[in-house]
Amino acid sequence: MKKINVNDTTLFLSFAAVILLMPIWLSPFGAAYPDLLQKFAIYGIFAIGFNILFGLTGYLSFGHAAFLGVGSYAAVWSFKLFTMNVLPAVAFGIFFAGLLALAIGFLSLRRSGIYFSILTLAFAQMSYNLAYSVLTPITNGETGLQLTSNDPRWIDAMYKTPEAGLPSTELFGLTMNGYPGFYFCAVILIICFYISLRIFRSPFGLTLRGIKTNQKRMKYTGFNTRPYMLAAFVISGMYAGLAGSLLAITDPLAGAERMQWTASGEVVLMTILGGVGTLVGPMLGAGLIKYFENIFSSFNSGTLHEVFSFLPDGLEVVVVKVTGLFVGSGWHLTLGLLFMIVVIFLPGGIVEGVQKLARLFRPKTDDDPQAPAPQKQAAE
Amino acid sequence: MTMNNLVLTLNDVQKSFGGLRALADVNLQVEEGKTLAIIGPNGAGKSTLLNVCVGLLKPDSGTVMFDGQELTGKQPHEIAQLGVARVFQTPEIFTDLSLIDNVMLPALSKRDGSFKFNPHLHMRKQTEVRDEAEHILADVGLKEQLDMEAGSLSRGDKRRLELAMCLILHPRLLLLDEPTAGMSRHDTNQTIDLLKKIKQSGMTKVIIEHDMHVVFSLADKVSVLARGKIIADGTPDEVREDPLVKEAYLGGAHQ
Repeated sequence: MKKINVNDTTLFLSFAAVILLMPIWLSPFGAAYPDLLQKFAIYGIFAIGFNILFGLTGYLSFGHAAFLGVGSYAAVWSFKLFTMNVLPAVAFGIFFAGLLALAIGFLSLRRSGIYFSILTLAFAQMSYNLAYSVLTPITNGETGLQLTSNDPRWIDAMYKTPEAGLPSTELFGLTMNGYPGFYFCAVILIICFYISLRIFRSPFGLTLRGIKTNQKRMKYTGFNTRPYMLAAFVISGMYAGLAGSLLAITDPLAGAERMQWTASGEVVLMTILGGVGTLVGPMLGAGLIKYFENIFSSFNSGTLHEVFSFLPDGLEVVVVKVTGLFVGSGWHLTLGLLFMIVVIFLPGGIVEGVQKLARLFRPKTDDDPQAPAPQKQAAE
Repeated sequence: MTMNNLVLTLNDVQKSFGGLRALADVNLQVEEGKTLAIIGPNGAGKSTLLNVCVGLLKPDSGTVMFDGQELTGKQPHEIAQLGVARVFQTPEIFTDLSLIDNVMLPALSKRDGSFKFNPHLHMRKQTEVRDEAEHILADVGLKEQLDMEAGSLSRGDKRRLELAMCLILHPRLLLLDEPTAGMSRHDTNQTIDLLKKIKQSGMTKVIIEHDMHVVFSLADKVSVLARGKIIADGTPDEVREDPLVKEAYLGGAHQ
């Protein structure tokens, strides 16, 4: 049993190292610029939190973008009203998203399966439409909530004289742009990963997995399943709120489109692509989708001509025409194909694929099959 | 713990589905530490009777009392926390989890109650729970497969696992719905031995069973249910000789 513990520590340390070293190892892929790295970290948090609900309890929420949006709005309001320091913004984002998750979860968890998914979707779309209409005083409607030079910023006003122009978000004097912003998000991501790891290994996490597998047996075993699911729902909502507030920290602007159903769907894709119910899967999925969205979509026929310039002229034109369908604005096509391949051949996501590859390359030993498969899966 | 302490009492329990009367004025009493077998032809209402006891179904009228407390209208998890455990006709286990997790979950429910928010604890440090789970798995003969996924067990082993999951709850009343259905004669005998062993611990049991061999090996009392009514009850020998029962149910099933 001690071995599992060592594995978890190794897993956590390697995760932290990989995340913190992203600026180095991602540069050959053309992705090592702070704006994109921040997105990797933020959407990683979003997906890791989503996985606590979907991966452990099996309840598929289609409305998590609502919490992302609320987190952003709360953070921007904290910048407008109190201070440009990011810590209160993060706290407000988590708090209000948690509150909304409590309300939506309380109502939606009365149903399971597809009905639960539809309820969450309905609530999220409701929030989205409210943000555009009735709640305009809070959300600033279509324009989106922005910083202005005549915001009160009461706490900041007590300590410093306002400078000219709009202030930027900071952590005790350190401006949250560029790499400092990425490292702030990365540290929070690592903390979030640790919390998720602990939840997976706790009696609470085991109970959630029991609910996923056989809720009937859970009830006849004496578990009151609803508060467990509500707790998981609120925790994952808080993760989403945190991600939303970090989005506002790296770019202090909150718009209602962040709450749209496509954003909810995106986190579902990330989790499934990476591996539902695995620890690192959601992070992988989030990174991959954001990479596609930002890098693949920027390829144009010019870049393709460069890449395939070694081919003979006639062939090159054809190859560029065909591959051109899959890059640039066609990146959704690539993503769709990838998603189909994963769902059909690797229901366990990329993590399952990596495990299969690892097994292929590992020399066959006799004591290998004795290693319990389920634990191995949970550890990776 | 006097011998005539009643653990389970059903008073005039009625239950209808549409026009069909599944249970008609059923009265039952089970004494502490005894085993009651309920037998009867298919569709007699045996499973309905158990479902009423665990809160899956609400009786139309009448009451179900467990150890002086009314069970009618209580949630399944409340009834389970009171000390009523149930083995289902098709094993209800956690197929995606390992055997040890399957048994540790009920142990956690026993220890922590129906809800406890404890994400800060580590399963690895719940050594008492783990030790007890390993012990019970050894009792039912599954200790070699602790880390195996429960879904890959054979049907008989699944039943044994479910029994272990119920036993670790240390219930005061154990309800068993055909615990040996689909088992080989060898496995059936093993289960009988196990249930006899439990009986020595003083656990009260209600068994629904088709297999007369099981009934006559385990039961202190037998109630015969036919068309939602109890048509006979008594010791196994009394019931075996009852001409009404012979005609209604036993026929030539038990030689």
